Amino acid sequence: MTPPARLYRAPEHRMAAGVAAGIADHLGISVLRVRVAFMVLLGLSGLGLLLYAAFWAVVPLRPGNTAVPPRRDVAQLLPFVGIGLGVLLIQVMVFDSVGAAGTAGWLVAIIAVGAGVIWHQSAPERRRQWGDTMPVPWLGAVVEESDRRAFVLRFIGGGVLVAVGIIGVAAVYSPAQNFDAVINGVIFALVGLAGVGVVAAPVLWRTYSQLRSEREGRIREQERAELAAMVHDQVLHTLALIQRNAGDVKTVQRLARGQERSLRNWLYKPTASPSERFAAALEQAAAEVEDTFAISVETVVVGDRETDEKVGALVAAAREALVNAARHAGVQTVSLYAEVEPDQVSVFVRDRGKGFDPDTVEDHRHGVRGSIIGRMKRHGGRAEIRSGPGEGTEVRLILPISRDSSAAERNR
Amino acid sequence: MAEQSTERLDPADARPERLRVFLVDDHAMFRAGVRAELGAHVEVVGEASTVAEAVTRIAAVGPDVVLLDVHMPDGGGRAVLEAMRRTHPQVKFLALSVSDAAEDVIGLIRAGARGYVTKTISPDELAAAIRRVADGDAVFSPRLAGFVLDAFAARPDAPVADPELDQLTNREREVLRLLARGYAYKEIAKELFISIKTVETHVSNVLRKLQMSNRYELSRWAADRRLV
Repeated sequence: MTPPARLYRAPEHRMAAGVAAGIADHLGISVLRVRVAFMVLLGLSGLGLLLYAAFWAVVPLRPGNTAVPPRRDVAQLLPFVGIGLGVLLIQVMVFDSVGAAGTAGWLVAIIAVGAGVIWHQSAPERRRQWGDTMPVPWLGAVVEESDRRAFVLRFIGGGVLVAVGIIGVAAVYSPAQNFDAVINGVIFALVGLAGVGVVAAPVLWRTYSQLRSEREGRIREQERAELAAMVHDQVLHTLALIQRNAGDVKTVQRLARGQERSLRNWLYKPTASPSERFAAALEQAAAEVEDTFAISVETVVVGDRETDEKVGALVAAAREALVNAARHAGVQTVSLYAEVEPDQVSVFVRDRGKGFDPDTVEDHRHGVRGSIIGRMKRHGGRAEIRSGPGEGTEVRLILPISRDSSAAERNR
Repeated sequence: MAEQSTERLDPADARPERLRVFLVDDHAMFRAGVRAELGAHVEVVGEASTVAEAVTRIAAVGPDVVLLDVHMPDGGGRAVLEAMRRTHPQVKFLALSVSDAAEDVIGLIRAGARGYVTKTISPDELAAAIRRVADGDAVFSPRLAGFVLDAFAARPDAPVADPELDQLTNREREVLRLLARGYAYKEIAKELFISIKTVETHVSNVLRKLQMSNRYELSRWAADRRLV
C-alpha cells in the first residue's frame, strides 16, 4: 500500500511561499495556471489572497530538503497579516461601513495576526527533531509544547484572543440592545472561540496524526512479533526435533503432521473454544488421536452448534471410535465426517483397515460396547458399527436433538 | 491433510497416449519435483511461474491438463483460469495447492477448475487425479465434498432465486455425504444401489451447479464464511 500523496509547499521554485508551486506539483499541472487562478480569485473580494494565505498557514513545507529555513522566519507571519487584511476587507464590504463594524474588522484582523504568531510558535521542524529522539513520538510533541518560550507565547496569545472576544461581547452588548448588537456579539463570541481553537488546533491535530501513524506501526509490529513468536515456538522447535529424529519415520511424520495442523489452523481457521462449539471439540479430539497414534485423521465437519452434555458424549464416543480405528485397523488414514442438521447430529468414523466381525466381539471388550454404543444409548442417541474382515470399519453415531434447542441455536 | 479420494479409484492405466500436462507454480523447486515424480505417468509439456507467462504458454502449447497453483504473487490460479476458460475450453484445470481453506477451494472450483488437490498428495494419486480430470470427471476429496455440503446447507427460511440451478438434489447431496465420509465411488454405488457411472454423473452435476450458482448464493456463501 502506498501512502497517499500529501500536499506540501514547494520550497524550490517559490515566488512567495511556494503555495502555488506546491499545489501545481500535487495536481500535476503547470504553476502558471495555479497562479492565474489565484489572481482571478483575487478579483472576487480578495478571495485569492485569503485562500493563498490560508494555504500558506496550513500546508507544511515539503520536508527533506537540505536548505533548512531559518528558525524563526519572519516572512512566515505574512500569511496571517494577509488573512487579517482579507477578513477586514470582507468586513468593510459586507457591512458597508467603517463604524462599529469597522472596529470589529480591525479586531478580527489583529486576532488573525495573533493567531498566526501562535500557530507558528509550534514550529514543525523543531518538533520533528524532538519527536525523533523521544521513545514515544507523541510524547515528544507534548514535551515540545511545554517548551517554555513557545508555551508562554501561545498561552498569552490565546488568553488575549479570548479576552478580546469577551470584551467585544460586553462592549457591543451594553450600549444598545438592538439586533446589530446581537449579531456583533455573536461574531465576537465566535472570535473568542476561534482563539481557543487556534491555540489548541495545531497541537491536537499533530498529536492525533502522530498517534495514528504510531498506532498503525505498532499494529504491524505486533503482527510481526506474533508471527515470529509462533514460528520460533513451534516451527523451529519442530524442525529441530525432526532433525534429531531423522531416522524415526513415525516420529517425523507425527511431528510434521502436528506442525502442519497447527500452522493451518493459525493461518486459515477462525478459532473457537473446544468446550463451547461442537466442531472445535471434534477437531480437538481428532488432533489428539493424530498426535497419540501417529495416524492422520481426515476431518470434515459440516455445520456447527453449541455443545451440551449430549453433544459432549457424542464427541467422546467419536473419539473412542477414532482411537479404536487407530489402534486396531492398522491404517495410516481414518476418515471422520460430522454433520449438524436441524434435528440431528451425526458422526461417521471410517477406516479401510482390517475390519472385524461385530458379532464376535466379546462381552468383556468395553471399548465398543461401553464407550460407544452404551454411551450413545444413555444420551438418547444410537451407534451402528458396520464392519467385516478385510472391509474396514465404519462407526455411525447419530444423536437426535430436540427441535426446540436447535431452533434456539438457529435464532441465536 | 491429504486429499485421499483418488487412490480409491480404478486405475485406468491402459490409455494408449500419454497425457500432456502443464505446470503453473511460482516455486521452481516444486515444479521440478512434480516434473520428476510425474514423468513416469504423464508428459510434462511446459511450465510457467507467473500468470502472464502461463496464459501465453498454455495457449501456445495446448496441454490436456493444467496443474494450477492457487496462490501466486500476481493474481494466482484464479486469474489464469479466468483468462483461459473462454478461449480454451478444451483445456482442463486441476488446482494443486498447499492451502485447503474453503475459500480457496470453492473459489477455484467456481472459476472453472475440474478438481482440487493439496500438495501433500502422493505422486500416484496425483497421476490418477490428472487422468480423471482429463477424462472429464471431477476430482472430489472428502474435504471438498464437506465444503460443498456446507455451502449448500439447507436453510429452509432462505429464499432461493433459482431452485433449478442452485439447489442440490437429494441424491446429489446423498452422494456428497458419502464422499465426505470417505467412500470411494465404487462403494457409493454399492451403498446407493446405483452404477458407478451414475455416481460420476451426480458428482459432475454438483460441480456444474457450483460453477453456475447465481450471485445470490455466492454472496450468501461468502457472507456465511465471513469472507466479505
